[in-house]
Amino acid sequence: MASNVDVSGNTVLTSPPVQQSDDAHGYYTPGEPIRDTKAPSGPIKDRWTTHKMNNRLVNPANRRKLDIIIVGTGLAGGAAAATLGEAGYNVKSFCYQDSPRRAHSIAAQGGINAAKNYKEDGDSVYRLFYDTVKGGDYRSRESNVYRLAEVSTNIIDQCVAQGVPFAREYGGLLDNRSFGGVQVSRTFYARGQTGQQLLIGAYQAMERQVAAGTVTQYTRHEMLELIVADGKARGIVARDLVTGEIETHLADVVVLASGGYGNVFYLSTNAMGSNVTAAWRAHRKGAYMANPCYTQIHPTCIPVSGDHQSKLTLMSESLRNDGRIWVPKNREDCDKDPRDIPEEDRDYYLERIYPSFGNLVPRDIASRQAKNVCDEGRGVGPMVGDFRRGVYLDFADAINRLGEDAVREKYGNLFDMYERITGENPYQVPMRIYPAVHYVMGGLWVDYDLQSNIEGLFVTGEANFSDHGANRLGASALMQGLADGYFVLPNTIREYLADGPFAPIDESHPDVVAARTSVEDRIQKFLSINGNRTVDSYHKELGNIMWEYCGMERSEDGLRKAIDMIRELKADFWSNVKVLGTADSLNQSLEKAGRVADFLELGELMCIDALNRRESCGGHFRAESQTEDGEALRHDEEFAYVAAWEFGGEGGQPVLHKEDLVYTAIEMKQRSYK
Amino acid sequence: MRLTLKIWRQQNASAPGAMKTYDLDGVSTDMSFLEMLDVLNEQLQSQGEEPVAFDHDCREGICGSCSLMINGQAHGPEVTTTCQLHMRSFKDGDTITVEPWRAAGFPVVKDLVVDRSAFDRIIQAGGFISANTGSAPEANSVPAPRDKAMRAFDVATCIGCGACVASCPNGSASLFMGAKITHLGELPQGQPERYSRVVDMVAQHDAEGFGGCTNIGECAAACPKGIPLDVISQLNRDLRDALRQGR
Repeated sequence: MASNVDVSGNTVLTSPPVQQSDDAHGYYTPGEPIRDTKAPSGPIKDRWTTHKMNNRLVNPANRRKLDIIIVGTGLAGGAAAATLGEAGYNVKSFCYQDSPRRAHSIAAQGGINAAKNYKEDGDSVYRLFYDTVKGGDYRSRESNVYRLAEVSTNIIDQCVAQGVPFAREYGGLLDNRSFGGVQVSRTFYARGQTGQQLLIGAYQAMERQVAAGTVTQYTRHEMLELIVADGKARGIVARDLVTGEIETHLADVVVLASGGYGNVFYLSTNAMGSNVTAAWRAHRKGAYMANPCYTQIHPTCIPVSGDHQSKLTLMSESLRNDGRIWVPKNREDCDKDPRDIPEEDRDYYLERIYPSFGNLVPRDIASRQAKNVCDEGRGVGPMVGDFRRGVYLDFADAINRLGEDAVREKYGNLFDMYERITGENPYQVPMRIYPAVHYVMGGLWVDYDLQSNIEGLFVTGEANFSDHGANRLGASALMQGLADGYFVLPNTIREYLADGPFAPIDESHPDVVAARTSVEDRIQKFLSINGNRTVDSYHKELGNIMWEYCGMERSEDGLRKAIDMIRELKADFWSNVKVLGTADSLNQSLEKAGRVADFLELGELMCIDALNRRESCGGHFRAESQTEDGEALRHDEEFAYVAAWEFGGEGGQPVLHKEDLVYTAIEMKQRSYK
Repeated sequence: MRLTLKIWRQQNASAPGAMKTYDLDGVSTDMSFLEMLDVLNEQLQSQGEEPVAFDHDCREGICGSCSLMINGQAHGPEVTTTCQLHMRSFKDGDTITVEPWRAAGFPVVKDLVVDRSAFDRIIQAGGFISANTGSAPEANSVPAPRDKAMRAFDVATCIGCGACVASCPNGSASLFMGAKITHLGELPQGQPERYSRVVDMVAQHDAEGFGGCTNIGECAAACPKGIPLDVISQLNRDLRDALRQGR
């Protein structure tokens, strides 16, 4: 591993990419490249230490004069609110839920990585860094990822001190497991509810600061606009979701920790309320959106049961360790009882195509092949639209080999969950699974300080783009959220705040008035269209377009078609949507209307980004870029860059700014799972 | 299947509310209870009637947002959250009543949505371990006995939904509070603040208008996460020890 790599940081191992293709020609405007990301130079292991040292400090007496707005209370937002509150800043925290504890970080199951090397199995900060960059298919920024690996160990210390009940061994020390196909055991976990326990830890730390008076929490509040005054982010416009009141909140700095936008696909494992509005409003105010087409699709979710389906539920990938995935060889067998289909009529397609990895191929390959066999008409389960969207995950062999009790011990809680949702007993009938959108690697562009290109706007957690490249490793989302919130942001935001407090502005400032007015106008517009279609019906249709054309496999023709369809749908939405109720009360349809309006714009940009990126990379397969064997083919010489999109104005084309990815501490390699 | 739904409608906190009856056809047994309400809401909107407001978010049983009294039971007839309750638990032709959580500590906001911010304030009063970021010792420097860590985890799975309060004839939040007292009290890191925590949390609980515990046990029976009743004993034991110490 990496023995021929020069870790001094002085040798650049990659040459800058030169893009040959221009598939998105006519859909975008080329812009200036991004040259400075504030990433320090020098040996990679010293960069964060040096940078922390160079970032200026804020005198404790000055901190309480500085106001910080944080939008979102998941791991990244909650941890940041707690930490900045402890430091003595004046923090205002916003969430749309009725309590900060409900943010969707709570639903993460698996675990959190940290380079503690408690198992003495050869783990190290460098190895965690290496695995994360490789897992991201060489599309993340090496300085950021190294820092993430470096602070991972502090996260575990912090969480244990807060009382997070991680799994322990009999001697009372912390237990680890191996996760996501890596060869070391570095994942800390709290049964299948690690996200919940970490979030409750951050939430309690934050509530402690609420009691101390350093953090004020605004629950059931949704950010609807970013206030940029004199070139700096200075506040937000938020709606009190109970009274409907439009409020202006001003500050010295704004932090978005508002999560990912997987719900652009309508069906995903995200919470129903998860949305892109905070990030998209910032994008429209000038913040670049980076790699928006990078989404992660998880192969082992419970399939859709009908048109009423509102969300998808993930089951741990560990199921693939013992379950065998198959579909019938013949279409006419698809509606038979699977137990009546003889062995010779079953197609264990992953074992057939990938004999060495079989059912344990990476997430994206397992997902893509599942969609392929279903698109061929060999899917199983109920018809949804024109297809049966499911494949079998069969434990019959495992039950024969290990016995039902052993299988129950390993997977009992997952089998129970499956039975509760589907009404089928997976000990007797093979489970059905289908891929679902789970996480987005794309997000607002940030520099090494997690600051966007708008001064004073910082972005953390899933809402930013920086650490996972084109694919995220298992147990890394929790790590990144907490790294950003507890250890990175508090050490970078002070460099910006050292120049504060900034000149006071009030509600009469023209930029504040304009932001507020635009929010009020938009709400009136939604309520006055009074058309014939509900918000949800538009959201579902958008989701279908995105899933079909901008999901696991994309093609040039499909993406062009999708862009046209989304534009048409968007025009129809603004003339024919029906939003009932009033603006001055709790109005869940109105909330959804704003979110779906933003998803429609985001969806178009995602398709343009995917169209431009004519390579198969990370979680994404581009039909025009494959090997002779039909495997994903990356094009480093053309696409080893971050695509950072600038809003091109209403009706205008987005502007593409490229940030070349330069590697000094790791060599790029193509993967192979055959 | 075809259902008759009797649902509490209330425009806002100060307006009077009333039960309203709706007929809903074409309900599939595979729908979750909330998906059934989604279908009702689509139908209401197409008829020009405002949809029923209800709290929900993750729809996988972990965020604790959903909160419905279904036929008089918190989260309905199964021991799970409303979002994980499926329509196969009901029969064609059933009449189902749907109400918001009923408790003095949880005032109604609109329709089926209630205000549970009192739970946040109980946590603010002491439901934490004071450990500033950066001040933590090496994680393995303080071993925690495995059985205690497991008990801490078991009760830390509380999702803060409020079903315990809604089920309790006294409207008490003792199970919620006991779960937190036990979670933190079982761990070595939680010891320094153990006694001040229980006194402060109980004082806040009472100030919020929640009732006292009379050991009825409806709370534990309704808890979708199976938090056991004995966390309340642990709460009372810690409270007694704290008061003896003159706190």
